[in-house]
Amino acid sequence: MIFGIPPQALFGQLLIGLINGSFYAMLSLGLSVIFGLLNIINFTHGAQYMMGAFVAYFLLQYAGIGYWWALLLAPVAVGVVGVVLERFLLKRLYSLDHLYGLLLTFGLGLIIQGIFRNSFGSSGLPYAIPAELTGGRNLGFMVLPNYRAWVIVFSLAVCLATWFVIERTKLGSYLRAATENPALVQAFGINVPRMITLTYGFGVALAALAGVLAAPIYQVNPLMGADLIIVVFAVVVIGGMGSIMGSIVTGFGLGLVEGLTKVFYPEASNTVIFVIMALVLLVKPAGLFGRAQ
Amino acid sequence: MTLRHQAVVFAMMVAAFVAGPFVVYPVFLMKALCFALFACAFNLLIGYAGLLSFGHAAYLGSAGYVTAHAAKVWGWPPELAILLGTATAALLGLAIGALAIRRQGIYFAMITLALAQMLFFFCLQAPFTHGEDGIQAVPRGTLLGLLDLRHTLVMYYVVLAIFLGGFLLIYRTIHSPFGQVLKAVRENEPRALSLGYQADRYKLIAFVLSAALSGLAGGTKAIVFQLASLTDVHWTMSGEVVLMTLLGGLGTVFGPVVGAVIVIGLETYLAQLGAWVTVVQGIIFVLCVLAFRRGVVGELARVIRKPL
Amino acid sequence: MRKYRLLVIAALIGLIAAPAAQAQISDGIIKIGVLTDMSSLYADLSGQGSVIAARMAVEDFGAAKKGMKVEIVSADHQNKADVGSGIARQWLDADKVDVIVDTPNSGVALAVTQIVKEKGKAFLVSGAASSDLTGKACSPNTIHWTYDTWALANGTGSAIVKTGGDSWFFITADYAFGHALERDTEAVVLKNGGKVLGKVRHPLNTADFSSFLLQAQSSKAKIIGLANAGGDTTNSIKQAAEFGIVKGGQNLAGLLVFITDVHALGLQTAQGLIFTEAFYWDLNDKTRAFAKRFAELDRGIHPTMIHAGVYSATLHYLKAVEALKGDDGTKVIAKMKETPTDDPLFGKGSIRADGRKLHPMYLFEVKKPSESKGPWDYYKTRATTPAEQAFRPIDQGDCPLVKK
Repeated sequence: MIFGIPPQALFGQLLIGLINGSFYAMLSLGLSVIFGLLNIINFTHGAQYMMGAFVAYFLLQYAGIGYWWALLLAPVAVGVVGVVLERFLLKRLYSLDHLYGLLLTFGLGLIIQGIFRNSFGSSGLPYAIPAELTGGRNLGFMVLPNYRAWVIVFSLAVCLATWFVIERTKLGSYLRAATENPALVQAFGINVPRMITLTYGFGVALAALAGVLAAPIYQVNPLMGADLIIVVFAVVVIGGMGSIMGSIVTGFGLGLVEGLTKVFYPEASNTVIFVIMALVLLVKPAGLFGRAQ
Repeated sequence: MTLRHQAVVFAMMVAAFVAGPFVVYPVFLMKALCFALFACAFNLLIGYAGLLSFGHAAYLGSAGYVTAHAAKVWGWPPELAILLGTATAALLGLAIGALAIRRQGIYFAMITLALAQMLFFFCLQAPFTHGEDGIQAVPRGTLLGLLDLRHTLVMYYVVLAIFLGGFLLIYRTIHSPFGQVLKAVRENEPRALSLGYQADRYKLIAFVLSAALSGLAGGTKAIVFQLASLTDVHWTMSGEVVLMTLLGGLGTVFGPVVGAVIVIGLETYLAQLGAWVTVVQGIIFVLCVLAFRRGVVGELARVIRKPL
Repeated sequence: MRKYRLLVIAALIGLIAAPAAQAQISDGIIKIGVLTDMSSLYADLSGQGSVIAARMAVEDFGAAKKGMKVEIVSADHQNKADVGSGIARQWLDADKVDVIVDTPNSGVALAVTQIVKEKGKAFLVSGAASSDLTGKACSPNTIHWTYDTWALANGTGSAIVKTGGDSWFFITADYAFGHALERDTEAVVLKNGGKVLGKVRHPLNTADFSSFLLQAQSSKAKIIGLANAGGDTTNSIKQAAEFGIVKGGQNLAGLLVFITDVHALGLQTAQGLIFTEAFYWDLNDKTRAFAKRFAELDRGIHPTMIHAGVYSATLHYLKAVEALKGDDGTKVIAKMKETPTDDPLFGKGSIRADGRKLHPMYLFEVKKPSESKGPWDYYKTRATTPAEQAFRPIDQGDCPLVKK
């Protein structure tokens, strides 16, 4: 017994917390990347996550294309949609107050979610776990479904790969420079507007990838991103807006905290992340890993 | 100041609402009035203080729950129940505002959103709110021991009176020295600070006032519809009030009222189309942000070249 | 200042004149409002199917031949009490609807039953489950038709406890229905000597049950009672399979399962589930004939007991209106209670003073894939409980309409 709770319950919930944390990390990573470069809070992120799951569902249902291809195709498809959005809509708002970007993406999110809800209802569509990942492993304290283990491993890999590209490669350094001083970087001959467009597309693709990962677990459902996105906002605020490592660490970390809360005080499990956010804001307003502005 | 035209518009608005229930379904108008008050309170914050709060549903909804509970479980008369709701919203506004004002711009908006979501989950769990079912069968009661609110028309004119009271309070606030300082803080905070004004304190007072009046709207709504539910604390409600104000015209006096009537009208008359209402709302958002930032009343004001 | 004074005077005149009677709503049309969940987790077990069932009832009643004009309207309450009560209010106040039918989601039904009582109209509940509708919240304007949580608890709950499932853990949908079902089933378990080892509540329309299932697993209860319905139940059952719950020795008890759920799960996953229902399309020739007609109109989907209840209730309502030659809500409900019921789906039955419709309830078991001859051939009948025993005794409900 640990703290009066049998280890099964504790480790089981922690593991589930880690799975949730994978989604928090991937989504907050995408948001952070977009915010870091474009200074836009992408409220459409939840809808784009949902679209990723739906593209995977369509690929399976209508084209017989399975999960593994969907992992590649869905993010690309949704990323392209994101690029189109940025080019035709978001670009017009860069000269205005940043709040308009927030409102625009909020409106876009409503449109997308509304259309999907009309077409598919609001209870979930089934998406099967890919055959290679069915079954589970008996860990003694619980049976860990193979698919959920895969989610943790894959999202960790994607997050670390993204961090590496942004913080340790030349492309990443251009990106970071463009965030700090776009005019100067443009003067060096780098096509900053194109970089911005592609970055938005990349952030959106990350959201869609998370959606494909989520499809077999959370059921494909038009409202799947809606409530999740607000938790992700809280994660980003805690981690520090624009900090890549901050989003990853905070995402996984908060998933664990949520899992712990479910064991000891389940009623608070929904609010614990917001409570932490309030505390962090009181003590370190820039976020745990953020740089003070 | 050219206030006479505003007085004329005000008189027109009052006349329209007084005659309204004989032409249109009164329950619809009461809903529009409650939301108009909510939108006006929200506009105080964004239009005049320049602060986008994305969690304003917290004040509408919490006041609704408190009022419903007081009226149903404690048997309080409606005026006291609504006052209690308003006070609760004000206190909540103080707590959230104090925390949120530490940051600016987008961060401020995100914090208000996240804290409002925290309140949503609290309302989901708390036993007195009855979660998904909400507080039902809230008695209308008798106002001041004189007016039986179960009659639709009586209830309507009481709601109208409350709305007009709130509206005039906001109007007075905007056109007062306090309001002027608020505008100064919005336009150029460092300069206001250098002149010796404590910008944060002004912002907080505006926040609490906005929250309190939103609470007034929420408490009244709970009595009118005899129901307090999770919908009123959900973030989609926060988004709706932004929509109403944006559509009507940020920073105009009458804009939020017009915006509220249009949005509630859309919801009610398009209700058969189900989720298309959300899509239409999203489209309006996008169009307003891209091409119609002044809103209906804002454009009108530009045409007649006088502030509205 | 003068303007404000005028305002006050105008307001006072309005207030004094207000209690003047609103115009009486006159009728030449019987308007039936089907209030249901069209897009969320209950859309398959009620939803559009309920509208179809109501239409079939109007057709079979022969309204046109009898010279009665009947209109059907429908709306989606989205499982929200405020949306549902707003629609009900608008229907009854402004749109001249005379009777509201169906309403899955007990929270919405409880809100609507109040409004219908206030306005003296009629409410025929088929979809909602809470036994409070004929208990504390009973009303002279409401009849609770198809089933309720007490009947489910006593059918399924007692059958399971008697065969050895004596320790329970509940996974409950956190709203009126879930609470009622959990409460009624717990009472049955305790009465039969069983124990309840724990309970956990989940929000309506939850996608991921992993954390709740883990809690159920660590409680080591023999039976995990699913006090939820529709999409929530199918998700719980699917995910329980993922986590090896049944392989680990625990059994799932679906306290409310519909044929559309079994269809969604597939016989491979659902086989062996035992639960209580009021209707099955394959019971006799009359039900089979109805199901054939219904399936043609509803994309091949076979009717659930909710759909059957809407049909039966609408038919009986129209007969009562015809006999009364009027559609005053309270009077029609009273007439419906006086008249015994008879329709092809439930056979002969009756309605009690507290608004409870009585008919036999059946204990069904889901067939193994090898036992089924085709799609929708899913159930075998384990037991039949006669009408008098299937529902809560009338004096145990705390209904104010019942004189002790």
